[in-house]
Amino acid sequence: MTQTQTTQLEGHGHDHEHAPLGYRFLTLIWVGLMLLTVATVAVAKVDLGYMNVIVALGVASLKASLVIFFFMHLKYENWIIKGMVLTAFVILAIAIGLTFVDVGYRY
Amino acid sequence: MAELSASAPVAHKDYHASKMGMWLFLFTEILLFGGLFLLYATYRAKFPQAFHEGGKTLDVFLGGLNTVVLITSSLTVALSITALRRGAVVFCQTLLAFTVACAGAFMVNKVIEWSAKFHHGLIPGSEHMGQLPQGQSIFYGLYFAMTGLHGIHVVIGASVLLWVMLLIKQGKVTGQDYVVLENAGLYWHIVDLVWIYLFPLFYLIS
Amino acid sequence: MDHTDDPQAKAFYAPQGKGGLAAWIFSTDHKRIGLLYLGLILTMFATATVLGLIIKLKLMTPGSTLLTAQQYNAMFTLHGVIMIFLVVIPSVPASFGNIFLPLHIGANDVSFPRLNNFSWWLYVIGAVLAVVSIFTGNGAPDTGWTFYVPFSERTTTNVSVAVIAVFILGFSSILTGLNFITTVHRLRAPGMTWRKLPLFVWSLYATGWIQVLATPILGITALLIFAERVLLLGLFDPGKGGDPLLYQHLFWIYSHPAVYIMILPAMGVISEIIPVFSRKPIFGYNMIAFSSLAIAFAGSLVWAHHMFTSGMSDTAVLVFSFLTFVVAIPSAIKVFNWLSTMYQGSISLDPPLLFSLGFIFMFSIGGLTGLVLGSAGTDIHVHDTYFVVAHFHYVIFGGTGLGMFAAMHYWAPKVFGRMYDHGRAAWSFWLILIGMNVLYFPMFIMGMQGLPRRYYDYLPQYAPMQMVSTWGSWFLAAGLILMFYNLYQGCRFGPQATKNPWGGATLEWTLPSPLPHEAFHHDPEAPEPYDYKGVNPDG
Repeated sequence: MTQTQTTQLEGHGHDHEHAPLGYRFLTLIWVGLMLLTVATVAVAKVDLGYMNVIVALGVASLKASLVIFFFMHLKYENWIIKGMVLTAFVILAIAIGLTFVDVGYRY
Repeated sequence: MAELSASAPVAHKDYHASKMGMWLFLFTEILLFGGLFLLYATYRAKFPQAFHEGGKTLDVFLGGLNTVVLITSSLTVALSITALRRGAVVFCQTLLAFTVACAGAFMVNKVIEWSAKFHHGLIPGSEHMGQLPQGQSIFYGLYFAMTGLHGIHVVIGASVLLWVMLLIKQGKVTGQDYVVLENAGLYWHIVDLVWIYLFPLFYLIS
Repeated sequence: MDHTDDPQAKAFYAPQGKGGLAAWIFSTDHKRIGLLYLGLILTMFATATVLGLIIKLKLMTPGSTLLTAQQYNAMFTLHGVIMIFLVVIPSVPASFGNIFLPLHIGANDVSFPRLNNFSWWLYVIGAVLAVVSIFTGNGAPDTGWTFYVPFSERTTTNVSVAVIAVFILGFSSILTGLNFITTVHRLRAPGMTWRKLPLFVWSLYATGWIQVLATPILGITALLIFAERVLLLGLFDPGKGGDPLLYQHLFWIYSHPAVYIMILPAMGVISEIIPVFSRKPIFGYNMIAFSSLAIAFAGSLVWAHHMFTSGMSDTAVLVFSFLTFVVAIPSAIKVFNWLSTMYQGSISLDPPLLFSLGFIFMFSIGGLTGLVLGSAGTDIHVHDTYFVVAHFHYVIFGGTGLGMFAAMHYWAPKVFGRMYDHGRAAWSFWLILIGMNVLYFPMFIMGMQGLPRRYYDYLPQYAPMQMVSTWGSWFLAAGLILMFYNLYQGCRFGPQATKNPWGGATLEWTLPSPLPHEAFHHDPEAPEPYDYKGVNPDG
């Protein structure tokens, strides 16, 4: 946590740091999301064994990243918000991961 | 939502605080669904075959259609913020109206899907569900719980967007003061984000 | 109160403009909201304490006396639910946190004042629902505060309403945490760097993160119980392939971090009080601040130590037992730093310090016995016995409870502008401390001897110790009554308090007592929070 942040953030309500994203750019992201959706449906039809889940989740995470970073502007937020988002996902991963320390050895 | 965008009366309107507060709220949504994803992950590990069989009975076309609908609505919300900031208020309202329409379409689709399941006797607590092989009733239980909770969020998100449309109309949300729209948009994107995972996990695992 | 030079007339609680009840319950002033919370929390505390006393009275002698088994089950469930969700979780943060977190960082309010008021209303709704669940439906919930499946799905008592109450209370807690995090990030006065934050603020910041990231899991767990009961989903039903242990996982993924929501703010209070009454800068500021964050993080890694005997995998038992020992380190860091702060200090044994010392004593016993429970081998022996009950009450009542009482004695003169009687406060402290130990210490022994918790009846061999334990509960009750009477009397009729009666160096002591409506007319200069050069008690 920085010490410069206070002085810099305090007192200015409207220092929006970046211009709005262009229509064209956002639409391109949408095209990407559509292509990934088609891809994930297509891959699901091929039997890759256990790899199917990994590919499906990989593609979903790629799509999620596009939504988070561009639609949700995370790429343009300061590092504090970025760090917070990371923390939330790490905690979720810990919850699921450590549960598998139990069920992974029990089921 | 109204409160999240409220600013301290003692201070100026704090754009960054509103955004930060909204993000923190979104974390709670992620972890709320996270509990269900945890159940999904463990039960899938326990009953891979039952989940495989269950996934087969879900309609990939309907699920895919809903994915397209939600992703497109996510785009239009993102576009509406740009429109508002560029002063194109009418365009912004059109985009938001389209988004809400998408939410409606999504829910209609959902109702069709659920009724088909009910029609086949797949009603939680029913005798038929009880007779399914081990793990399959768990699959449908999770399916109803997760898509149901998600559906509730679609309705909430659409209501919030309608409310923001009203605020824009009243001139309370403008191209200079648009954080309420941004936060409503963030909420809508989270709804989309959850679906991005629900779709492959339920529809594409057969 | 006609004289305008009367400080009480300018206090934040004095009527100003439109008065009446609405000026309170719809207030967005963090100080008023803090008091609203304090009032309700203490009311709930009194209610659940009475339930606890009845339980102890029932257990004084073996046999079925006083209560039926069903009533007894309902009593300990309600005692737990009310104490945990309505008293201990909001205790310090929602009351004193609301009042002093903004003042400590030089702000006039929290980031989202309306949201703050909303969270109080959610608390009220949750409290009302909890009460409704007692008197409606098929009788009060009888599951214990943990709502374990499959019993919680099958019991005909009013569990559905109770879990909805828990869901709403969780939401209230989340909004408080969200507000605090944003406030600490956004509203610090110029020059109030992270290294100058009072440790109370650090502890609330860490608590806020647990509230935001862990409570939603409680939310979904409560919703699932509701769905299982009403919609018959059957997700935890072994007959359908469900796994009841997953419920326990979900429940403790929230509820273990929740004990850090309970204890961290109290630790923050202790970190404020110890240096003031030792007239020495806090020892190891960085480590105390860091250990708050470390506890918040490590607290999310250890939940399954509540499940060692549940039948989960042996690997999990090993891993969680190890991780549990890790989380003891940051707690110990705090205790050592407090003691080092007092070493060679100029100590004055005023009531706030007495209660803080009580905290350290009780928390140390509670913490060390926690290691007995955290180590898998010994846990097998004492799991679900009175040993657990004793451990928990030492940590939460002896820790958080005494921390809360310390905060009340520390800040009462600042909030109300009047001073209570120190002699009576000391008497009440000793009564409470002795009462607690007489009440809870026999439980350690009974637990070691194998008396299971929550049982309606017990074998005659435990009768003498149960008797002693019940006597302790009366000492404790007497101490509590004396303490609350003394505080009430002092805050109402005591002598005017000075601006800085204890000689604290944090920002609230630069403000008049009682606190005025608006704290800072312009940004204050950030002080060194634990530098007492030139700062002296003015009482």
